[in-house]
Amino acid sequence: MLLGRTANGLYWMTRYIERVENMARIVDAGLRLALTRTDSSADEWASVVMSAGADQAFRERHSEYTADTVSDFLLRDVTNPSSVLSSIETARTNARMVRTALTRETWESINEAWMTCRRMLAAPIDQRELPKILDAIKRETALIRGAFHGTMLRNEIFDFAQLGIYVERADNTARILDVKYYVLLPSISWVGSSLDNYQWESILRSVSAHRSYRWVYEADYKPTNIADFLILNRRMPRSLAYCYHMIAESLDFLADDYGERHVCHGTLADIRAKLKPGSIASIFDGGLHEFLRDFIRSNNRLGNEVAENYRFF
Amino acid sequence: MRLVAFDEMRPHGNGLRQPYAGYDGWLQTQDPARLTEKMEDAERVFRRTGITFAVYGQEEAAERLIPFDIVPRIISGAEWRRLTQGIEQRVQALNAFLDDIYHRQEILRAGRIPRELIAANEAFLPEMIGVRPPAGVYTHIIGVDIVRTSENEFFVLEDNARTPSGVSYMIENRETMMQLFPELFQAVKVRPVENYPQLLRQSLSAVAPRGTEGSPTVAVLTPGSYNSAYFEHAFLADQMGVELVEGHDLRVVDGHVAMRTTQGYKRIDVLYRRVDDDYLDPLTFRPDSALGVPGIMDVFRAGNITIANAPGTGIADDKAIYSYMPEIVEFYTGRKAILGNIPTWRCSEADSLKYVLEHLEELVVKEVHGSGGYGMLVGPAASKAERETFAAKLKAKPSNYIAQPTLALSTCPILTEKGLAPRHVDLRPFVLVSDRIRIVPGGLTRVALKEGSLVVNSSQGGGTKDTWVLDD
Repeated sequence: MLLGRTANGLYWMTRYIERVENMARIVDAGLRLALTRTDSSADEWASVVMSAGADQAFRERHSEYTADTVSDFLLRDVTNPSSVLSSIETARTNARMVRTALTRETWESINEAWMTCRRMLAAPIDQRELPKILDAIKRETALIRGAFHGTMLRNEIFDFAQLGIYVERADNTARILDVKYYVLLPSISWVGSSLDNYQWESILRSVSAHRSYRWVYEADYKPTNIADFLILNRRMPRSLAYCYHMIAESLDFLADDYGERHVCHGTLADIRAKLKPGSIASIFDGGLHEFLRDFIRSNNRLGNEVAENYRFF
Repeated sequence: MRLVAFDEMRPHGNGLRQPYAGYDGWLQTQDPARLTEKMEDAERVFRRTGITFAVYGQEEAAERLIPFDIVPRIISGAEWRRLTQGIEQRVQALNAFLDDIYHRQEILRAGRIPRELIAANEAFLPEMIGVRPPAGVYTHIIGVDIVRTSENEFFVLEDNARTPSGVSYMIENRETMMQLFPELFQAVKVRPVENYPQLLRQSLSAVAPRGTEGSPTVAVLTPGSYNSAYFEHAFLADQMGVELVEGHDLRVVDGHVAMRTTQGYKRIDVLYRRVDDDYLDPLTFRPDSALGVPGIMDVFRAGNITIANAPGTGIADDKAIYSYMPEIVEFYTGRKAILGNIPTWRCSEADSLKYVLEHLEELVVKEVHGSGGYGMLVGPAASKAERETFAAKLKAKPSNYIAQPTLALSTCPILTEKGLAPRHVDLRPFVLVSDRIRIVPGGLTRVALKEGSLVVNSSQGGGTKDTWVLDD
């Protein structure tokens, strides 16, 4: 038995922790790209902001895309609700609200991450410190994940937290792919230039997959393989298929525990049907951009249905 | 005016008092630098675990730590036995008084308390007239503030019979001390306090409404995570293994209070509420309250939920009523109060007001309904201008104030940069009332960290100490 409000708090707590980590990774990939390419770094920083899904809000605050403005906006601007500083604050507020559902280790790791982020991001970022700050943010979220996985009982509390993690992660991976989908389209980009290589590596780096890609595909970057890896590969922990495998596991446990299936279970089955192994060619045939847009919408719908079906409010 | 205070470790600079012998033996072997380090460790522990409290109106320090001092405040077994007898007598009287005041009002008929003191009192809830809570218990959780002035003199400063807070600090302070100085607890036998949450749950379960099926469902009602005592609410719910609910999680379903869960509504039998009376039920009290449960008072009146503490208990710890506590204790228990009151002038009485105005520089003046050390004047510490401003307020609304002599509260050493130094302390033991009275051996010792200060409230720069009751 769990309060609806507690389920809601757990779901958003982990969504925002996941967002903290994703933000750090996106900025990291942008930084790498800007360092590698000197001619048009403003474009790269612009696409970083777009990957973060924060373009409109960014343009209300800044007129130029630079390392300073973008990293400030995505990491420490509290007017940006998805910045690292805002997200860790929201995550902690939710954790405080569901304090009784968490192990002491989990709560303390979140509280410490909050303290560390606030300390590190209190003053404007010195670009020389940026790599160190990004590392520290990733380390803090890794510590939270470790405490969470190592100490939490696998019950409904765990399931609602898992749902938050993977709905957020799937959304993030889909957005990153969608912002750069055009560099993956064979017709336009298959020119084999070093430019494309950078772009492809950047996509993979945004989801920490630039090394694992080679282990799986043992070859140079190839757009269909990159898309296959991030969309359909079930062993890649940030792919859409993997996220949905985990979401399915938790929703199935909840259905078994409660003896009841809801609307969200139907949506889940629909989404999974579109993530079948070996279907990458047909995804490209139907339009990668359209596929991703549709996925982002469905993923959102699933989140809303979970909230409604399990009485979050 | 200079007060000579009784020091609980070394009275008047002389020899060591017996309860501190074991501790002192250990202390003599400690390296001062190491103690300072431990003090810093303690602060880190509190920060990390998030044991913070919010201070209203201080945006910057939205979450502050209550300073913790690592020197324990030590009470002997014999002293504690005497205190508990006095406390038991007092909480019995408080509950008997509440039952009487909301029913036959015998004490008023007997002329022991002036009628107008009740009738005109905001803390008296007419909605409670004729209502008898399950098992007849009104105030289930009480924090009795006690001060000491000499070897044998203890006084009750205040009876907190509404929603006393601070018990989580009692437990966490002990936890922290045991982490910092495990060897110390081998050397000195201290009675444990960590079973308080279990006792609380037992105590609450024992007064579940008649007709509760199976083991009662208990929940803690909090105003929410922005409340200054939220940490404590979460802590207690967690330790008791019950749900921590907010008003919007609850609604009245089929004549019972129920909480919204991921599987629908589930009935609650006992609600330990940390929300003030005013906010409890927008249909009965403040209509704008979003913190309460619409209709909960109807469920309560029908005897279908236990609310701890019951609404309307504030009339028992009202500062104007306080001055009558010796009469109240005697009236209901037939015995003289074991624990004394501090002499109190009721400014509503013309003679008293005159005396208070003439002696402001030696008195402590408090608002009748105030708490947390706000809105009070400590005469000896105040400037002439402050006293004059206060005198004007006093004359404008005398019935709003009471005055007490400035007591030489006992002191206990704290660790400062210059070594041990005495500071004034008080003590809040926590008492549970249901089928029987349960008191955990210990309590919250609050300490005024500023040299010479008598104000121990955390909102006014006070700190806390671990409180030891010796197993001797």
